Amino acid sequence: MSRLFRSNEVLVAATIVLLSLVIGLNNPTFFSVGNLFDLLRSSVVMGIFAMGVLIVIVSGGIDVSFTAIAVFALYSTTLILKQSLPDASIGVGFAIAAGIGLGLGLINAFFIAQFRLPTLIVSLGTLSMFHGFLLFAIGNQIIRDVPAAMEAFARSALIQVPLTRGVANLHPAILITLGTIVLVWLLLNYTMLGRGVYALGGAREAAERAGFNVPRIQYFIYGFVGLLSGVAGMTFGSLARQANPQDIVGMELNVIAAVVLGGAQLTGGRGSVLGSVLGVILVVIASNSLVLIGVPTVWQRVVIGLIILIGTGLPALQARRVRQQGYHRVEA
Amino acid sequence: MAKPIVRLAGIHKSFAGVRALQDVSVTLEEGTVHCLVGENGCGKSTLIKIIAGVYPRDSGTVEIGGTLYERLHPIDSIREGIQVIYQDFSLFPNLTVSENIALNEQLAAGRKFVNWAHVRRVAQDAISQLEVHLPLDARVDEMSVANKQLIAIAKALRQNARLIIMDEPTSALTEREIRTLFTVIGKLQRRGIAFLFVSHKLNEVLEISQSILVMRNGQVVSAGQVSEYDTARLIYEMTGQRIAENAYEFTPDPGQPALLRVRGLAVPGVLQDVSFALQAHEIVGVTGLLGSGRTELALALFGMLPMTAGDIEIDGKPAQIRSVQDAIAHGIGYVPEDRLTEGLFLEQSIGRNVVVRTIETLRGRLGLTDPLQVQRQIRDWVTSLRIKTADPDLPVKTLSGGNQQRVVVAKWLASRPHLMILNGPTVGVDIGSKNELHELIKRLARAGMGLLVISDDIPELLQTCNRILLMRNGTIVEEILPRQTNENALAAKLIED
Repeated sequence: MSRLFRSNEVLVAATIVLLSLVIGLNNPTFFSVGNLFDLLRSSVVMGIFAMGVLIVIVSGGIDVSFTAIAVFALYSTTLILKQSLPDASIGVGFAIAAGIGLGLGLINAFFIAQFRLPTLIVSLGTLSMFHGFLLFAIGNQIIRDVPAAMEAFARSALIQVPLTRGVANLHPAILITLGTIVLVWLLLNYTMLGRGVYALGGAREAAERAGFNVPRIQYFIYGFVGLLSGVAGMTFGSLARQANPQDIVGMELNVIAAVVLGGAQLTGGRGSVLGSVLGVILVVIASNSLVLIGVPTVWQRVVIGLIILIGTGLPALQARRVRQQGYHRVEA
Repeated sequence: MAKPIVRLAGIHKSFAGVRALQDVSVTLEEGTVHCLVGENGCGKSTLIKIIAGVYPRDSGTVEIGGTLYERLHPIDSIREGIQVIYQDFSLFPNLTVSENIALNEQLAAGRKFVNWAHVRRVAQDAISQLEVHLPLDARVDEMSVANKQLIAIAKALRQNARLIIMDEPTSALTEREIRTLFTVIGKLQRRGIAFLFVSHKLNEVLEISQSILVMRNGQVVSAGQVSEYDTARLIYEMTGQRIAENAYEFTPDPGQPALLRVRGLAVPGVLQDVSFALQAHEIVGVTGLLGSGRTELALALFGMLPMTAGDIEIDGKPAQIRSVQDAIAHGIGYVPEDRLTEGLFLEQSIGRNVVVRTIETLRGRLGLTDPLQVQRQIRDWVTSLRIKTADPDLPVKTLSGGNQQRVVVAKWLASRPHLMILNGPTVGVDIGSKNELHELIKRLARAGMGLLVISDDIPELLQTCNRILLMRNGTIVEEILPRQTNENALAAKLIED
């Protein structure tokens, strides 16, 4: 039981409850169905990204190129749909975007697994490379008249709740995020491949000695993250009803922060799906709802920064205290 | 006669023309604990790697479990039940105890999915075979070194181990943990499992094993039943020479002022009411179990643990030691327990490591160091401490354990301390170098330095110290004179509560 209260997930959940109470008691709009649906809609893309980032961080790596992959996949897919497949369904669009994402992710994997290059360096390089290639060779103009399928998907609703003025819509894209969360949870906790990701992040050499095929695991990780990024990019564009080559890139640090806030350790080996989901919720509330209690938009970044500092600092301090207690226990 | 598991005959192995093993023949039998002893670089690790299938042999025959292997691959060796437990244990710190025990087996069985109930059952089964208690759901990084070792053994058992090879298994364990380990080994041995132990601790070798193999310069120079050996013979076979260590005799003169006097020193939860004095020319041993406060005493004296009560006098004058800088200013030097992480810059050159503490004093005009002066000082220390290296510009990590330890000592000697605190000065150092380090300690004491040697190596304490302070629960409980005790009596005192 005491283990439970020491865990990071509980700490983040408590912060979410506290922050919600502070905001909600000052502005009851926060607890309205409309606001809840808005928050969910804002969490959709970040939630998908966070699952990819979690897998990479658990494996002991770090990937900053996923936003470039996402916008690359979104923009290219929109162009393909407009020019060649104007009547295709949204499902085809997602499949194309996922495929492009997978391909770009495998480029990361190639450098990381084949040449054993540091993951941060590789993904910093590919971040610029993918984004630059997109702007230079594919297009740098915003596409506002998106294909019909994307337009229709943007307007669809999973649940509609009538309000005094208008209706509150819950967008079906939330199902993509939920599906991704469940998939990654099963993958990390119930497959040997997932345990291999943890093993690799915990002790690479021991993982090799145990018989894990480390390069193959890395190909999977970066390929899968690319695929998820493609899907996330397409989701983003469908919700925004446009394909802007300048969108998404720049989000990467916020996503990484949310995952780290949820307890994933940048040194690898540790992190959970639940923690990452909570981290995303906290960051989304902090960036969307502080405005409800009059915190100016420009200050939101400062608040998010503070939450990250406190949220990652507290568990570290706690860990140190536990170590010192252990030290004393030995003496007693 | 017990059934042989491994039979090597006439093994030769060279690396780039350098002979590592020469005509080595070894038979390892089931249900027997074999100990492999020898100086660093004598070929022990090469022999283990040949048995594990990591290195191919140049010539000779390898027979395992009755099968002759033309070419032994690591996977063949594992299938024959040979498990090597390396010093880092190959465990995953971030995973639970049960998963660590079961993972390799699951992977070898080609499973794609994880059945957590099965993982727990497997782990529980392995742990109950060892008849020890381990928390299945705790993460391995929360476990002590001793428990990690038991986890590694449990893991090996799950892979149907018939021969478990352990490299320096007791070097990081306390006396009590060594007892537990030996009990576990005894149990497994009765079930027919063989062990191959590599160890530098000769009294343990003589205690746990039934069969002994001594290697020197790539050859097995002596092999036989344990009853044929004693410590002196083992040292002779390992080094090829008779090394007799003379105890260090010095009787402090009550009329002389103390170099260091400590009264009522306390650090909350760690140390209480520690009082003792030390004169120049003295080598005072501090011993006790891990957690008795012996390391903490060193840290407090060196300004790394803040003390809340007590006073310290140095050369008869009250001294305030609140930081490492204070300690150094009072002429105290400290050689830490873990030289690899605390004492040395492994990637930097031997020379730079030697002069790093004194670089300030080597500054000339303009605040720049004089390279000739620096070179001279490096050369002096390398010669006077007999650091064996081709070139002091090579990184420290190229040196053997004993020589690395000498670099740490040189680094501190260069700043000319009056008092040296040495924590575990010969942990992981082979017999020959150990002896030379002991001689160095005695030489320093004869020259007028005071030394505090923190150690749980009982023969070491008896051979180098003129007095031994026994610590328990954060305080000094007894002062012992080496000539009035012996190894067994001191060992018994160490573990009694």
